[in-house]
Amino acid sequence: MVGQNSKKTFLKAMLYLLPALLVVAVFVIFPMFHTLRMSFYEDFNIYSKEGSGFGLSSYIWVLQDPTFHKALLNTFIYAVVTVPVSIVLSLFIAILLDSRIRGSKFFQTAYFLPYVTNAIAIGLAFRFIFHSEFGVFNKFLGLFGIDAIQWLNDPDWSMFTLCIFGIWSALAFKIVIFLAGLQGIDPQLYQAARIDEAGKWKQFIKITLPQLGPIMAYQFVIATINAFKCYEEVIGLFGDDGPLHSATTMVYYMYDKFYNANRYTIAAASGVLMFLIIMVFTFIQLRMSNKKAEQ
Amino acid sequence: MEQENKITNPYARVVAFIFLLLGSVVMLFPFFWMISGSFKTLREITSPAIIWWPEEMQWQNYTTVLTMESNPFGTYFRNSTIVAIVNTVFTLFTTILGAFAFSRLEFKGRDKLFNLLLATMMVPSQMYIITNFITITRMNLYNSLWAQILPYSASVFYIYLLRQFFNQIPDQLYLASKVDGCSDWKFLWKIMVPNAKSSLVTIGLFNFIASWNAYLWPLMVTGDINKRTLSIGLKYFASDSGSDYHLMMAGATIVVLPLIVIYLIFQKYIIQGIARGGLKG
Repeated sequence: MVGQNSKKTFLKAMLYLLPALLVVAVFVIFPMFHTLRMSFYEDFNIYSKEGSGFGLSSYIWVLQDPTFHKALLNTFIYAVVTVPVSIVLSLFIAILLDSRIRGSKFFQTAYFLPYVTNAIAIGLAFRFIFHSEFGVFNKFLGLFGIDAIQWLNDPDWSMFTLCIFGIWSALAFKIVIFLAGLQGIDPQLYQAARIDEAGKWKQFIKITLPQLGPIMAYQFVIATINAFKCYEEVIGLFGDDGPLHSATTMVYYMYDKFYNANRYTIAAASGVLMFLIIMVFTFIQLRMSNKKAEQ
Repeated sequence: MEQENKITNPYARVVAFIFLLLGSVVMLFPFFWMISGSFKTLREITSPAIIWWPEEMQWQNYTTVLTMESNPFGTYFRNSTIVAIVNTVFTLFTTILGAFAFSRLEFKGRDKLFNLLLATMMVPSQMYIITNFITITRMNLYNSLWAQILPYSASVFYIYLLRQFFNQIPDQLYLASKVDGCSDWKFLWKIMVPNAKSSLVTIGLFNFIASWNAYLWPLMVTGDINKRTLSIGLKYFASDSGSDYHLMMAGATIVVLPLIVIYLIFQKYIIQGIARGGLKG
């Protein structure tokens, strides 16, 4: 009886899960293994889309490719700059938004808005703002006697401009998360601190920061992963990978190898490498924040 | 009770207010500049002076962009709407069924399967697309709207979110309905789904926005103009049009305006959704 029943439940559950499992199996689980397999093919036929052989040649090719080095370096720079800066700024803004300043309803709406918007469209707006000739930013700087800067056309400036855009786009999500975290801190902790006559800064160091610990770790992990996936921001801002490929990123590299160069195994190998790098960083960050939490 | 972390010093409050005001100007300025630019003439766009708002609003910039032959934003808009709506309906359907199975049906290997699915969330989606492109081509779906809809019509993350919500609905309701002879199917749609309405609205909104903004995948599986969606259409238009920034800004506004409207109407759901689920950045 019982066995009969559990079999029936199993079948029923599978029917419920079928639509989701089908999609996930075909478009998520299968590609994981297939992409991994593809990265080890020695030879790949573009027309039949089938490969043969087994070896590391794609990885060796990618790791020796100067363009990949550039993409890797840029992605690191982008992550190292945008992640800490956007976290510090968004924490600061979230604290101010949480302080019952007049008009905070309006401010919240303003600060959250960039979360819903399209990176290509807003990137285009930034392209317009940072245009070297008739961009409003250079005109504004001109009022202070600063000469026009080639924000988008000078390879030395392009990563800087990309980081500004990246920070601007990344703030909204982080402010929402920090604000929710701040509102979840037990007010009694602050009351106790005030009885001890602890100043604002001390309260921030002793209560706010430790209480936000897990959220901080979460923000770092998510932000780093997203920074490593940076791609649409580049397209929105430059239309391609910037002057002299100066703003190329890992995802851009992968897409370019796959779609423009039709080097499928190379693209797969760079995709796997990207996955590994993201994994390593996620683990390091989780480790570090767990250790801090234990102390 | 007094707000605990209120800034008490009146000078500090003024400084904080000014900082928030300047910050919100920085956050809103790109939107303002995009919209203001979309109404300018080519002369106003390229003028060396800063023109905050055009002398006369050039509505024809929009009609030009919507009916352009080389980049028909009207068609793009229609495609984006179809893809986003159909995709959201599919996703909600697969999510509701999946979350119910994981939340209420006690089948063998349930937790193992669930953990396996959760593990897939660690892999960046950029890694799938190489293989998915080959799969879609083999299915003869290249250059169709289906190619943009199908791969994203189920999401482990949304199943995970909705399952959490379903788990909060008391088990007594489920047991009582079983005693009354109510089938699982009926219980799901008559009790669970109406109860989870706010979660479903949030999931639907996020899915719609993600689909509307999707770029890399639609770009890969789209061959000709008639199947393009707004994000890729805008990108092609920007590469084609040189320095016609007034028209580009009109195109960008067409892409962004529906998102702003959705955000202003559903702000509460969206903010709660991010805060609760920590939705992907």
